[in-house]
Amino acid sequence: MSQPDIPQNAAAEGAQHRAETAPRWTERLHGLGPVIGLVLLCIAGSALNSDFATLDNLMNVLTRTAFIGIIAVGMCFVIISGGIDLSVGSMAALIAGCVILFINWAGPATGSPLLAVVLGAGLAVLLGALFGLAHGLLITRGRIEPFIVTLGTLGIFRAYLTYFANGGAITLDNDLSDLYAPVYYASLLGIPVPVWVFLLVAVAGAVILNRTAYGRYVQAIGSNEQVARYAAVDVNFVKTLTYVLLGVCVGIATLLYVPRLGSASPTTGLLWELEAIAAVIVGGTALKGGAGSITGTVVGAILLSVISNILNLTSIISVYLNAAVQGFVIIVVAFLQRGRR
Amino acid sequence: MTTQGVAVAFDNVVKAFGPVQVLHGVSFDLAPGRVYGLLGENGAGKSTLMKILAGYEALTGGELRVNGQPQQFRSSREAEALGIVLIHQEFNLAEDLSVADNIFLGHEKRKGLFLDDRAMRAEAAAALAQVGLAVDPATKVRRLIVAEKQLVEIAKATARHARLLIMDEPTATLTPGETERLFGLIAQLRAEGVTIVYISHKLDEVERVTDEVIVMRDGRFVARAPTPELTRHQMANLMVGREIADLYPPRDPMPTGGVPALRVRGFSVPGWAQGIDFEVRPGEILGFAGLVGAGRTELFEGLLGLRPASGTVELQGQAVRLRSPRHAAHHGLTYLSEDRKGKGLHVAFGLRENLTLMALEQYARPWLRPEAERAALATAVKDYGIRAGSLEVKAASLSGGNQQKLALAKVLQPRPKVVVLDEPTRGVDVGAKRDIYFLIQRLAREGLAVIVISSELMELIGLAHRVAVMRAGRLEATLPGEGLTEEALIAHATGTAHVPA
Repeated sequence: MSQPDIPQNAAAEGAQHRAETAPRWTERLHGLGPVIGLVLLCIAGSALNSDFATLDNLMNVLTRTAFIGIIAVGMCFVIISGGIDLSVGSMAALIAGCVILFINWAGPATGSPLLAVVLGAGLAVLLGALFGLAHGLLITRGRIEPFIVTLGTLGIFRAYLTYFANGGAITLDNDLSDLYAPVYYASLLGIPVPVWVFLLVAVAGAVILNRTAYGRYVQAIGSNEQVARYAAVDVNFVKTLTYVLLGVCVGIATLLYVPRLGSASPTTGLLWELEAIAAVIVGGTALKGGAGSITGTVVGAILLSVISNILNLTSIISVYLNAAVQGFVIIVVAFLQRGRR
Repeated sequence: MTTQGVAVAFDNVVKAFGPVQVLHGVSFDLAPGRVYGLLGENGAGKSTLMKILAGYEALTGGELRVNGQPQQFRSSREAEALGIVLIHQEFNLAEDLSVADNIFLGHEKRKGLFLDDRAMRAEAAAALAQVGLAVDPATKVRRLIVAEKQLVEIAKATARHARLLIMDEPTATLTPGETERLFGLIAQLRAEGVTIVYISHKLDEVERVTDEVIVMRDGRFVARAPTPELTRHQMANLMVGREIADLYPPRDPMPTGGVPALRVRGFSVPGWAQGIDFEVRPGEILGFAGLVGAGRTELFEGLLGLRPASGTVELQGQAVRLRSPRHAAHHGLTYLSEDRKGKGLHVAFGLRENLTLMALEQYARPWLRPEAERAALATAVKDYGIRAGSLEVKAASLSGGNQQKLALAKVLQPRPKVVVLDEPTRGVDVGAKRDIYFLIQRLAREGLAVIVISSELMELIGLAHRVAVMRAGRLEATLPGEGLTEEALIAHATGTAHVPA
């Protein structure tokens, strides 16, 4: 104890320096977690099936990811702000049904099939925004838990679709369907249209979240709503807008999805909410909000569809267990993230 | 269990969190049945040492002996079994359970398979009576105010027959009357042979209730001495390790003339405040005194639109109806909450994000410019004397005083004309308090109208041009700060000013 103090202090200072840099390094590692998982999966996929690592398959996976991925970008905002939306799958189904009914009516009515399809696409986005606005207002002005509000609309949206479809399917007329098809099937520079849209939505989402005051407010509210309110943040407006953004994302995803099958039925968009939430969580966003990343969400969405792709290509596990495998992945990711925050 | 007090010896105790060492071989001992004042600035290691004693943290090196036996507590339950109980500074109460449920949480009384609620309520009532809290033990804790929760924490400890009681800033939220009762309780416990460790920044209290003072600084033991042998000034110097000049800045003359920056007439917040009139001029520091529950915080929350309220409010002579803190900030009025972690700062955010949150529009055109934010942080760190290891750390890693300076810098970012500071020095060490007082004076000199709500009367007397005293929702008096005494303030706050002695 009578040792000179200086070496001890120097050691402590060195230790302190390490302590300050260490968390940032591990944080970065956590951010890379989903990427590492994706890379490992791709290596495994290539080893298991020679068709996996082809450009065709890559585009196939990304196109399939696009719907969930676009919704997950919107979901990311809602979850970071501390909310949740369970209704997105039903919402997508109802929007798809409404859009098909509208286009089928507007095609002959306006005399211009192209105009009908364009208006229908606009309607998809508008409906999504309106549904989101309804959620947002019920949650903020009505002061109802987001879980409850969106659980209610989950049932309402799907029931109305079933009602409009009379229990069957609402199908797009053939000539209109041919006109609309390129939105899903066409490619630009060798990359399918849905993948381009996914990319645009993701980039826009990342810019809004990280580079605008609005994005900062979303994180501040999720981290501590009271502090945000006292810090002169318009909490109700910001929260409502996250649901509107998500609704717009659902609308965009739906307008890409409609030409794929050309119909909407009571099973359209089934369990999409689960996949979208899973993509956000697997991407490293905490369910309780406050912090998260769009990049992580995109990687999470791709990771989930790579898993189902590998199951489709190989016969190790039955494709019927696809959802089970995704479920295991979510739980494992949550386990790895526990105690981080 | 014996009825004897507990003797404790710390022998070269070392504690490290990962590679960061916070206790560097602390050695001292505590004799049974005495009241010890444990002093030190924030970050001196007092709380960590006490958490080791109470079983919340394990020590990294050295030895802890209780009644001569070496102990390595693995949980607070093991420490409690020996009668060692820590009363937390932050409350550890389950809000949705009743007072009685909380007092017996983890130690429930049973009758066969079922809980014996009747016995627990009766015993809880006795413990509450002992600390002088008149609430029904069946009341939900959520419905209690902060001071009452503090008293429940103390009742919880006494109901567990503590033989060594550690109190961390127990009076931070108590009124003078409640504080008196707590001191009575401490004297009674000491007479029963209970050892008490009293951690407080309020040196007058330490002087009053403790037998002996132990001072720590930078994770080391510095000095100990019987309390009567030390003056408050000496205590403060030992804590800081240097001579403290005058705590308060010299008083500037009261500004006169001009339009009041804020004028409030007939303002009421139902249930909390009735018919409040006051005004504050640019450059003036207006204090708000009153007991806990007098309605000061609620009055200003009403002004900010956080509570339903009525009355007229004028900012710079212009009548406004403020709907939200955002609206208030647009009109040049900002508010620093008394609840730093719950309403003041995002502790999980970095310093930069916290600093700029209230004035983010300044940094977005339309994209946020992190370089501009970083420059603002660098300026604020300099201007407000914020000490941080690195500018990239989270707010949670700052000490209490530095968090408070950051919170202050944050509410001043929108360049308000009027700023309301609610308990600006709560839980802050002496050095940081002085910094904050001088900062407040500087703000006033720059022409800001400053309202300071505080439960520390000396602080208001030392700082304010005028002090408004509230009692039970009414503005009792507005007194000039010059020549004001604590007695006069207490008399108005308790409603005994006009009663002849």
